[in-house]
Amino acid sequence: MQHIVIIGNGISGVTLARHVRKLSDKKITIISSESDYFFSRTALMYVYMGHMKFEHTQPYENNFWKKNRIELLKGYVEKVLADKKTVSLSNGSKIAYDALVIATGSKPNKFGWPGQDLEGVQGLYSKQDLEQLEKNAPNKNVCKRAVIVGGGLIGIEMAEMLRSRDIPVTFLVRETSFWNGVLPNGESEMINEHIREHHIDLRLDTNLEKIISDENGRAKAVVTDKGETIACDVVGLTAGVTPNIDFLKDSGIELGKGVKVNRLLETNIKDIYAIGDCAEQHEGIGLRRPIEAVWYTGRMMGETLAQTLCGNPTEYNPGHWFNSAKFLDIEYQTYGWVFSERNKKEYEEHFHWRHPKEKICITMAFHKESHAFLGINNFGIRLRHELFDRWLNEKRPVEYVLEHLKDANFDPELYATYEDAIVSKFNADFGQNIQPKNKSWKRILNLH
Amino acid sequence: MEKNTKPSLDTDRHSKTTTMSTLDKSMSLSGEPPKALNTNQKISVLIGMTGLGILVLQLFNLQLGNSALWLSISLLLIFLGVFLFSQAAYAHKHEGIKNDGVWFKSISSRGLMGWLTGIALTGFYIVLYFYPEYLGLVQDGDNRGLIALFDPLSRALSGNPASQWFVYGTLYTVGILAFGIKFMWKYRHNGYQQLRTLSVMFFQTAFAFIIPEIMARLNGDLPYYDLKNMWPLNYYNFERYRINGFIDAGDVGLAMLLFGILSIFVISPILTYKFGKRWYCSWVCGCGAMAETVGDPFRQLSDKSKFAWKVERWVVHSVVVFVTLMTTAVIYSYLGNDTSKYWLTKTSFLIGVAVILTAVFAWAMIFKRDQLQKDAQYGALGYFTIIAVLLGMHFFSGEGNIFLFKSSTLRTTYSFLIGSIFSGVIGTGFYPIFGSRVWCRFGCPMAAILGFQQRLFSKFRITTNGGQCISCGNCSTYCEMGIDVRAYAQKGENIVRSSCVGCGICSAVCPRGVLKLENGPQEGRINPTEVLLGNDVDLMELVNRK
Repeated sequence: MQHIVIIGNGISGVTLARHVRKLSDKKITIISSESDYFFSRTALMYVYMGHMKFEHTQPYENNFWKKNRIELLKGYVEKVLADKKTVSLSNGSKIAYDALVIATGSKPNKFGWPGQDLEGVQGLYSKQDLEQLEKNAPNKNVCKRAVIVGGGLIGIEMAEMLRSRDIPVTFLVRETSFWNGVLPNGESEMINEHIREHHIDLRLDTNLEKIISDENGRAKAVVTDKGETIACDVVGLTAGVTPNIDFLKDSGIELGKGVKVNRLLETNIKDIYAIGDCAEQHEGIGLRRPIEAVWYTGRMMGETLAQTLCGNPTEYNPGHWFNSAKFLDIEYQTYGWVFSERNKKEYEEHFHWRHPKEKICITMAFHKESHAFLGINNFGIRLRHELFDRWLNEKRPVEYVLEHLKDANFDPELYATYEDAIVSKFNADFGQNIQPKNKSWKRILNLH
Repeated sequence: MEKNTKPSLDTDRHSKTTTMSTLDKSMSLSGEPPKALNTNQKISVLIGMTGLGILVLQLFNLQLGNSALWLSISLLLIFLGVFLFSQAAYAHKHEGIKNDGVWFKSISSRGLMGWLTGIALTGFYIVLYFYPEYLGLVQDGDNRGLIALFDPLSRALSGNPASQWFVYGTLYTVGILAFGIKFMWKYRHNGYQQLRTLSVMFFQTAFAFIIPEIMARLNGDLPYYDLKNMWPLNYYNFERYRINGFIDAGDVGLAMLLFGILSIFVISPILTYKFGKRWYCSWVCGCGAMAETVGDPFRQLSDKSKFAWKVERWVVHSVVVFVTLMTTAVIYSYLGNDTSKYWLTKTSFLIGVAVILTAVFAWAMIFKRDQLQKDAQYGALGYFTIIAVLLGMHFFSGEGNIFLFKSSTLRTTYSFLIGSIFSGVIGTGFYPIFGSRVWCRFGCPMAAILGFQQRLFSKFRITTNGGQCISCGNCSTYCEMGIDVRAYAQKGENIVRSSCVGCGICSAVCPRGVLKLENGPQEGRINPTEVLLGNDVDLMELVNRK
């Protein structure tokens, strides 16, 4: 029986294992040094905040794995011996494989800042990071201030976590506005405001110079490129992540920033594959980046590779881009592509609407000439994934999307609706006369 | 109203309250780091506890003098305490999800305070149901102690002295109102939660508390009747004394009896078809009202395991079988045999019950077989058990007897086991241990019947938003019914579960906008294939190919 060994029990590796089990009887082993069972990494913040216990982040009951004959092995893979088709663990044991899948995810970026390895300096990615944070910042008496370096999704999550324990937070963001390499200005500005109204000391356009140590080798302050020294007990490094592949250095597997793979998710060595955050496409697919450190893409790669491993070679061929996040109290979803001013394509036109009082806004991108709908960012409004996916497939013009926007509303019942206001702003901005149609179940479910 | 006029211990008010001790303890005990109480919260706890203290002192039959005044002071202080506590907890914060520290607080994470509260509540229920004399109930004479304190209010409403059930009903209503306000504050960004909570507050105050008392004043013959409380939750609704009461009360009584029958056979199926069982369980029902307000801090304690789900299905459906048989037996026992005296006789009644059950069973088996799967066997088992017993009743029962038992024994057993122990002592007493919907999930026959319909014949579903789920687990954690919502959401499946009461909290706590409660066409409601949106179409076809 073929033995598939998966290194990493995150969403990619576990999705792969589940689908392989559905499709075949192969022997499956998942090796992880992080946790006994699969958990949702994106939910770690809720454990620190007291919304959930760690067990709640585990999507499957503990007996699920045995029942599905997926062997879980706690251990740290030190080396891949490709010529012997074996991996060796830090405890000295060796495991032979027929197919090896690298799904080791990411680790927080460290850019060589002086003091980046001091006590009290940490990232937020793994279960161990969470445990570390619980030690470093259990309450506001032990941690009188935290400084977070890096204005992305993890940074704002970490700020929210610390604020839930009333710990003062200074948030250093390199960009001139929060996440404006990704978000268009209007949205980025709204999030700036929201961060500040949560009493987070947001410092835009500010870089970390160094971290200063106390006599015990613990961080006691940071110095910014503005020359300011900020006293703190914890420094959160959240300036993005990078593939977690150091253990593969001499394995013969081709590495770039991540593990280089082709569209079949194969590495340069036969029977070795890579999926998830640590996989790097030779070239980005469509407008995607070569490395996609996103929950959903990890899952999709797992689904895809399961097909290949079970005798049905399938290329990783992701559909329309989508993503989601939550910025403190503001939910964010995106379907298709909306680029920030910095990365905007020359054909890309934006329509932006923001609620006069609430923290709610959308930005739609469409093609300047053809008016083809390209994508939407929605903040504080939930929208239906399936409809946007369909509209993107059907290459609908932006006018069509606006006309049918009520179909796409996914907010809970009895919420205020904003489609009329959005459409009339579009009409005013672009001299049109679109009349939004009432919601139709027939259209939503594609019933005939 | 009946109150202490009934010889048997009557649990006419099925609705359960908590003592105010829960209310106040739940405030005072959230002091674990990093979620200590702020100063205003501490003051509000003191205020609420003072109000509660007045009630507790009454247990020792202290003569405080003016009962009306002291009762007013006590209830107002309790109400004010909860109100100020909520204000201190939420008013200064931004709109949004307020679950910080839930699993750090002793009261809401099965800590010491949770257990103590559970024990206190359970004790209160045991006294309430079985030893009301300790609360000051006097059968033939003036009440004493706590119950006497409520006499003026009871007299003002119905003209009668208070009973333990009046005390209970009053505290129950105050709890729902005060904690309803707290809940609305907590979810002030959420229109669905706001309106739903207003609705349960209204139905509790008007239908469960005020209207029956006023009806009793207007027409002394009418049985105490909370109109929204339908059979089989209201398992005693068709008992002889009540039927006689309805009939004796003339047209109004007959109208109420008719309403009681229409409620379960016509009104509830129509509403459940349109909206799912939530129209009842989390918008109208008194048990639901308590669970959603006072019980809200405990919703995360429900058991989500597959094992618990299995137990739930066995227990709750057994209760349905039990209540159906019990009610049939009770009605059977007082019907006659002579068609010339009354059109409904023992035999025609049994045939009627059998016909209705057969019709429902046949409908489910013929039209909904594909959706029932394994459950079909259990349904068949339940159905044939009932039919067999009905036949048995017909052939082997004598006057007043069902087999060898008196029908009243069956009824008393149900009342004790289900009406008192399950719905009260365990259902509410164990809030801080098993969560707020133990009764609704494991015990309520009404919920099971509505759930059967919700599963098979309703427009209601919780839609999963394509591939957006990140498996975080907030939805499952905060599901008071113990549904593992995430198990569906992460597969892109809609959630169509008979136990879902449609509280909408899974949708509220979802950080990625994945869940939406909605009523839509039945076509496309259940989508069992793993349509995980995001991957290209060819792959999806492969993944879905079984």
